Amino acid sequence: MKNSISHIKNSLRGKKISVEELYDEFFTKAKSSKTNSFNLLLDKEINIQSIKESQKRYENGNPLPLDGIPLGIKDLFCTKGIRTTASSKILSNFTPDYESFITQKLLDDGSIFIGKNNCDEFAMGSSNETSFFGPVKNPWKNKNVPTDDLVPGGSSGGSAAAVAEGTCVASMGTDTGGSIRQPASLCGIVGLKPTFGSCSRWGIVAFASSLDQAGPLTNSVEDAALILNSINKHDFNDSTSSNHVREDYLYGINDKLDQKIKIGIPSDYLKDVSGDILSQIENTKKALFKHNVEFVDVEFKTTEYALSTYYILAPAEASSNLARYDGIRYGVREEGKTLDDIYLNSRTRGFGDEVTRRILIGAYVLSAGYYDAYYRQAQKVRRLIKDDFQRIFNDVDFILTPTTPNEAFKIGDKLDPISMYKNDIYTVPTSLAGLPGISIPSGLSTNGLPLGIQFIGNYFEEKKLLQIAALAEKELNFNEQ
Amino acid sequence: MSNNWEMVIGLEVHAQLNTSSKLFSSSPNQFGSEPNENVNFIDSGMPGMLPVMNFACIEMAIKTGFALNFNINKYSVFERKNYFYPDLPQGYQISQFEFPILTEGFINIDNPDNQKKIRIERAHLEQDAGKSIHDIDPKFSFIDLNRVGTPLLEIVSYPDLSSAEEVVSYMSSLRQVLMYIDVCDGNMQEGSLRADVNLSVRHKGGELGTRCEIKNLNSFKFIRQAIEYEFKRQIDVIESGGKIEQNTMLFDTSTGETRAMRSKEFSHDYRYFPDPDLLPVNLTQDLIDKVKTLVGELPQAKLDKFIKDYNVDKDIAKIITAEKQNAILFEKMISETDVKPKFIAAWLVGDIFAFIKENNLEVSSLNEKTKEITDLLKLVSDDVISNKAGKEILPRVLNGQGNPSDIVKELGLEQVSDSGELEKIIDESLIGEEENISKFQGGSDRVLGYFVGKCLKATKGKGNPKLINKILLERLKK
Repeated sequence: MKNSISHIKNSLRGKKISVEELYDEFFTKAKSSKTNSFNLLLDKEINIQSIKESQKRYENGNPLPLDGIPLGIKDLFCTKGIRTTASSKILSNFTPDYESFITQKLLDDGSIFIGKNNCDEFAMGSSNETSFFGPVKNPWKNKNVPTDDLVPGGSSGGSAAAVAEGTCVASMGTDTGGSIRQPASLCGIVGLKPTFGSCSRWGIVAFASSLDQAGPLTNSVEDAALILNSINKHDFNDSTSSNHVREDYLYGINDKLDQKIKIGIPSDYLKDVSGDILSQIENTKKALFKHNVEFVDVEFKTTEYALSTYYILAPAEASSNLARYDGIRYGVREEGKTLDDIYLNSRTRGFGDEVTRRILIGAYVLSAGYYDAYYRQAQKVRRLIKDDFQRIFNDVDFILTPTTPNEAFKIGDKLDPISMYKNDIYTVPTSLAGLPGISIPSGLSTNGLPLGIQFIGNYFEEKKLLQIAALAEKELNFNEQ
Repeated sequence: MSNNWEMVIGLEVHAQLNTSSKLFSSSPNQFGSEPNENVNFIDSGMPGMLPVMNFACIEMAIKTGFALNFNINKYSVFERKNYFYPDLPQGYQISQFEFPILTEGFINIDNPDNQKKIRIERAHLEQDAGKSIHDIDPKFSFIDLNRVGTPLLEIVSYPDLSSAEEVVSYMSSLRQVLMYIDVCDGNMQEGSLRADVNLSVRHKGGELGTRCEIKNLNSFKFIRQAIEYEFKRQIDVIESGGKIEQNTMLFDTSTGETRAMRSKEFSHDYRYFPDPDLLPVNLTQDLIDKVKTLVGELPQAKLDKFIKDYNVDKDIAKIITAEKQNAILFEKMISETDVKPKFIAAWLVGDIFAFIKENNLEVSSLNEKTKEITDLLKLVSDDVISNKAGKEILPRVLNGQGNPSDIVKELGLEQVSDSGELEKIIDESLIGEEENISKFQGGSDRVLGYFVGKCLKATKGKGNPKLINKILLERLKK
């Protein structure tokens, strides 16, 4: 594939292109792009040292795993000396003096950051319309209404749009309830959310700590595996970082399945879906059938509670995580006569509507008298959802679902928060359970828009998960469709 | 004010743990640095920063658990206590709420005529906040985040205390124990140990009244003053027909008065919930057993030992066990000499402590000089030199100006304990004293003192007074 990391590395190795030329090519394209998928582009001067060092490594024949690869970074990762805003007004002047664990690993492996990807404010949104820097446009168009600007999904909407339009080779995103997988699906690319605890959260602006997980948005499953190799490391500075043994996720990714694979399809997920969505699942079944894969119907008992559970727990954590943005030490301060006025003005003007809504919901469900009814109850349901998944994984290797219930929609179309939240109905349960999930593009809708399917694996089984996703990717052959 | 009122008091004591770094960050945990010097990205609440538990704090909590007879809970949870204040950069304090590490402990305190058991409901780990400074500038407040994240153990008693004296006794007993097990430096002036006092009044034996909480008292004097003032205030309110409102009070150290800071209506809703950045604390029995071996001997056990095994008077033993470093010095001296512990104890709390106080020294500074001190005490207890001579040369020994026997030689202070020599001197001193001798024989004991003095003078003070006394009596009774 032309834009795959291995293809680009081959070109760099074979001196068909230099690291600098590669950077220029992507930078120029990004600069002229109208998708608004970056809220900050990094001029070559900022990266020139890294570019030269990378070039030298190619010339010396010892390039690093991601050497010279231009990456986009969701603007939720703190990048040392580079403005980091979470696409919020309140952080619009914030430049951290530290590098997040994940972006440091990416730099250590030779990649070069082309810019910070626009995203929903504090990663709260499913359409990338809540950004202080304005909405991101999906590079795809509805062939029946080509004048409409469509959303790229969210919250890693800038990341997905940038990879889809080819303004970066891959992007690092975060996923709390679907924020990698859903935009990947709506933009026709690959998005991987690893098991919670795989990739350190240190230095990522926190939304909901028990759910946030970093992961790559890429052109191919192979690229996702390559990047996962760089970022999936234990970190002592993140208490929830798992110290399980990491594997080489790229090695053997295209190997033939050596044993029978059983995939569960939750019938309750497919009850009210459109023909377009249903056919993604059917096509996948057909594509994998010849590869020793057996499909079985499975049924969750907890699906209907997942969204409400998520929309209690995530805002609860967010209401507390966002308390530090008070205008006192950094970020935008709006003056006031009293201390309370400074807080009130800074936060009222600094946060957008969706963020404010979630802070209010979060504060409410944690408040005295409501805690037991909401937060504690939601924690119990979360446990049941985890158990529900484990019950199903007792019988199957993977679970296959649509990634989203619909194709990309028009910017401004889903203004009602509840219908927006429903976009994450297939991704949220996985997040609550902490399981890994990957979305790959599976086909086009009748409107000619990309749709995705999601494979869900058991805890820390990313290796197997990437293998089945790579197989499905090959068989579905989306990029040639 | 009628006499049948009594006060009911519970205490929340905040003890800063003397770890080298903070509870959830690697910044130094030390007092007295320049403002905002001990602050890293975690302490200042930067975006994306995460807490990592300092395990030393857990070990200290377990030690405290053993020392204060607590149940040590194998499962405890850090939660977030949410509120806004500029000296709280995260916008929440990480504390333990529903599942504290220690529950149901107690400590015995000494009342004038009995011991009283004070029950302790719980103790939990939490972060200290920073400091807001409002009195440097008329327009601006200043924030010092050095204290942010300092580990605290909050020790919450039941309302078992019923006087200012008991509160002070409880607080000093806690302080003593925490210092013994080396988890807190006990420095109240620097805020290492502070108390919130919950006080209500009632008619003796009657129903509990509404309580008020007096915040942040950091000296025994202030605790006593605040309690006495608040006790009177509450009684006055009730006796003049009013009702006590459940308020949080501040104690004004300049006026000695308490005043309401905020009422319950305006109390915060802290929205506690388990901190998702931290895992629950799961303790293994192995760890608990290991920490148990580090607790060491507690003050009460030491006191009992000093009284029973070393025959030291209770009052003196109490002075020695009051602080761990006293006891360490004492035990070191005992181990290095065959001089009786009781004799050493008397010297320790007498002249040696006086010297330390006069020269503003740490007791522990004498740990290096115990050999010289016990050599000196041996000379005194063996009657080589007089008690008086011992006192005279003690400062030189403590100042390290030579070893005792050299000093004694140099100053010629050995006692004359040769009875032949003393007999000669005594016989000489009795010449021409027929009148006084007959007075003595007629029953006047006072004359004996006169003769001892005369003999001592004749020996230039070096005669062994005990021996002189003995020989004199023999001579005079003849």
